[in-house]
Amino acid sequence: MKHIFTLILLLSSLTAVAYEEYNIQIINHRFEPAELTIPAGKKVKLIVENKDSTPEEFESHELNREKVIAGNGKATIYIGPLSPGKYPFFGEFNEATAQGNIVAK
Amino acid sequence: MFGTVIIVFREVLEAAIIIGIVAAATRDVPGRSRWIGAGLLLGLIGSALVAGSTSQISELADGVGQELFNALILGIAVLMLAWHNIWMASHGRELATNARNVGNAIRNGTSEASVLLAVVGIAVLREGSETVLFLYGIATSDQIGVSALLLGGMIGIVAGVSVGYALYKGLLRVPMHLFFTATSLLVLLLAAGMASQAARYLVQADLIPALISPLWNTSAILPEKSITGMLLHGLIGYDASPSGMQLVFYMVTLVSIASAMKWISYQPTENKLETV
Repeated sequence: MKHIFTLILLLSSLTAVAYEEYNIQIINHRFEPAELTIPAGKKVKLIVENKDSTPEEFESHELNREKVIAGNGKATIYIGPLSPGKYPFFGEFNEATAQGNIVAK
Repeated sequence: MFGTVIIVFREVLEAAIIIGIVAAATRDVPGRSRWIGAGLLLGLIGSALVAGSTSQISELADGVGQELFNALILGIAVLMLAWHNIWMASHGRELATNARNVGNAIRNGTSEASVLLAVVGIAVLREGSETVLFLYGIATSDQIGVSALLLGGMIGIVAGVSVGYALYKGLLRVPMHLFFTATSLLVLLLAAGMASQAARYLVQADLIPALISPLWNTSAILPEKSITGMLLHGLIGYDASPSGMQLVFYMVTLVSIASAMKWISYQPTENKLETV
C-alpha cells in the first residue's frame, strides 16, 4: 500500500498546481475564522488545523466535502472552483458550536 | 445525547444496509454467518486501528492520505460486489430452473465467502472508524456523562442495525423467481454508489477533475441528512450535490457490471466462470 501512496504522490506532484492557500483553525469546537472569503471561480487549498485534542469531522453538503481531522492534527481540503455565494460547513462531531461559512466572491 | 444517537445511527445505518443486502444475496453460502461474523470482527478491529492512526493516514501523500485510503477500500468493495454479481449471473439460468443446483454450485465455491468477508469488513471499517473517533471525542471532552454517551451510542446502534435487519428479512420474503433479480439490482446500485463516493474522495484530493460541480443541488428538496436522504444514500448512493465526475464513475460502474452480467448469462455452460 505504501508503494501505491508513493506512486500517487509522485504523479500528483508532477501535475501539482500551486493553489492559493487558506487557513482555518478549530479552537474549542469552533471554527476560527467562522467566515472565510475566497475568490469565486478558482480552486483553493484549504488547510484546517485542529487545535483541540479531540477529533473533528469537517463536513459540508454544499461544498460536497467530508474529512476527519485528528485531535491536534491538520487536514488539506481542496475546494472549488465555486460560483459566487455562501457555502456553510460544520464540524460533525460538535455540530452545536462548530459552524462556519465559505463565501465565494 | 440526542446528537450521539443521530450520528451513531447515521454511521451504523450505512454499514447495516450494505450488510443486509449482501447477507440476503448470499443466503445459500454455507457457513455464511461465520463469514459475516469474521467480517464484522475484522471491521471492528480495523476501525480501531484506522481511528488510532487518523493523523498518520491523513499526512500520507501530501495531506490527502485519508481520501486515497477511502477511495482505495471503496474500490476494493466495488470489485468484490461486481465479482459477486457477475458470478451469480453466470449461474442465473440454473437459478431460474432449479434453485437447488445453484445452491450446490455456491456451496462448492469459496469465492463468495471472501466477497462476504471483504464487503462486510470494509463496510464496518469505514463507518466504524468515524464512530470510534466521534465517541472518543465526546468521551474525552466530558460534555456529557459516560452513561449518557453509552446509552446514546447503544440506541444509535440498535436503530441502525434494526433497519439493516428489516431490509434483510424483507429481501428473504421476495419470491424465489424474483429474488435473484432483486438482490442483483441492489448489489449493482450499491457498487455504483460506492464508486461515486470514491470519485468524490479523489476529487476532494484534487487527483481527478470534478468536471461540473455541483452537477445538481437537491439539498433543499431532499437533504442528505433527512431519513429518506440517508436511506437513499445507503441504498443507491444518493448525493444531494454531486460532481459530474461522480456521475461518470456511477454510470461506468453500473454499465460495466450490468453488461458483464448480461454477456456471461448468454454464454454456453462450458464458458461460464468455474466454481473455484
